[in-house]
Amino acid sequence: MSGFDHDHDNERPGVSRRRVLECMTWAGTGVLWTISGGVPRSLGLVGSAQAAESAGMTFLQISDSHVGFDKPANPNALGTLEEAIAKINAMPAKPSFMIHTGDISHLSKAAEFDNADRIISQAKLDVHYVPGEHDFLDEENKFYKERYGRGAKGAGWYSFDADGVHFIGLVNVVNLKAGGLGNLGSEQLEWLEDDLKGKSKSTPIVVFAHIPLWTVYPEWGWGTEDGARALDYLKGFGSVTVLNGHIHQVMQKVEGNVTFHTARSTAFPQPAPGTAPSPGPMKVADDKLRGLLGVASINFKRGTQNLAIIDTPLQG
Amino acid sequence: MMSVTLRSHGLRLAMAAAISLCLGAAHAEETTTNVMIDNFTFQPAELTVKVGTTVTWKNRDDIPHTVVSAGKFRSKTLDTDDSFTFTFTAAGDYKYFCSLHPHMTGMIKVE
Repeated sequence: MSGFDHDHDNERPGVSRRRVLECMTWAGTGVLWTISGGVPRSLGLVGSAQAAESAGMTFLQISDSHVGFDKPANPNALGTLEEAIAKINAMPAKPSFMIHTGDISHLSKAAEFDNADRIISQAKLDVHYVPGEHDFLDEENKFYKERYGRGAKGAGWYSFDADGVHFIGLVNVVNLKAGGLGNLGSEQLEWLEDDLKGKSKSTPIVVFAHIPLWTVYPEWGWGTEDGARALDYLKGFGSVTVLNGHIHQVMQKVEGNVTFHTARSTAFPQPAPGTAPSPGPMKVADDKLRGLLGVASINFKRGTQNLAIIDTPLQG
Repeated sequence: MMSVTLRSHGLRLAMAAAISLCLGAAHAEETTTNVMIDNFTFQPAELTVKVGTTVTWKNRDDIPHTVVSAGKFRSKTLDTDDSFTFTFTAAGDYKYFCSLHPHMTGMIKVE
């Protein structure tokens, strides 16, 4: 990513299309997943050509809605969430359900959660949430727990089964230690070990949590301190897919039977690791932001080490 | 008009200076100082102050942060341009961090 330039405040209209795509590999919609032969496979971003070819059980991942965010990087985060949901509603085949990998709200305000619910419910899909650190800013995390945490364990972890796939929602945004990364904690890890006990190793597993469970960039806190312990419990399973958010950009990695994927935000992009002074919101010109919604599609081909990220503008 | 305004402004400044001099004499130990939160860092990351100093943290990022020193002080969530103030009444090393972004750490040395 040489020449990656994040000083977009004064971006001139003459900037090349290629450069824009380099700078802005974010989509703002959702990632569509399908279970084919019991193995999850990404079909690319909603609205891309691949997404139309869905077969078998499909589910969506959206992330980092940051409802309430109104800073220059996107003064209307609720609006872009609404656009993402509209894209989902326009899909030819209705997905079975949706997962949201956290940071639903920006400041954990009741009105932010209310607004998020009002928009997301328009998809008329079951939504399985895990919290981001922005959802736990009120006292005792009451708002999140009342809305999304019912029936969940601890700070909000749980598992469920769908179409032969075992889904596990984890929380790695509480009790963070000074100087550290995301944190699962021993209570949750013990629960996870127990949850996986007795599961056939051929059961496909999908783990989702807000902060990446793998170490993406510790300098910016992008990783989970005890994520390796969780992954230890998942060793031996034939197919493990780990879905995260938090970093507002797509990143993928395959390690043995484990595929890691981070989703884009529906609110604002963040810079690639180390390419900016901080991981803060990345500002681009308004017309670039809208034009770039849904521009990048990801084609995750299982069985190869290469994950293709294809920039496909939805418009123009 | 201009000169009048300037003069009265100058007068006010002089009075303010005189008042602060008086206060300064009465409470020699009381000072204030600032730590800015910029680009997910506390600046300065390490600060040495005298006992009685009031430190104000101000968040200048577009992302909320907190200022937490285990067992000592804990700010509420600071949105953009929000501040948190704490007066250090005892000597010691106060390590602190942002509980949302724990890679952000800082220290206040109180002498």
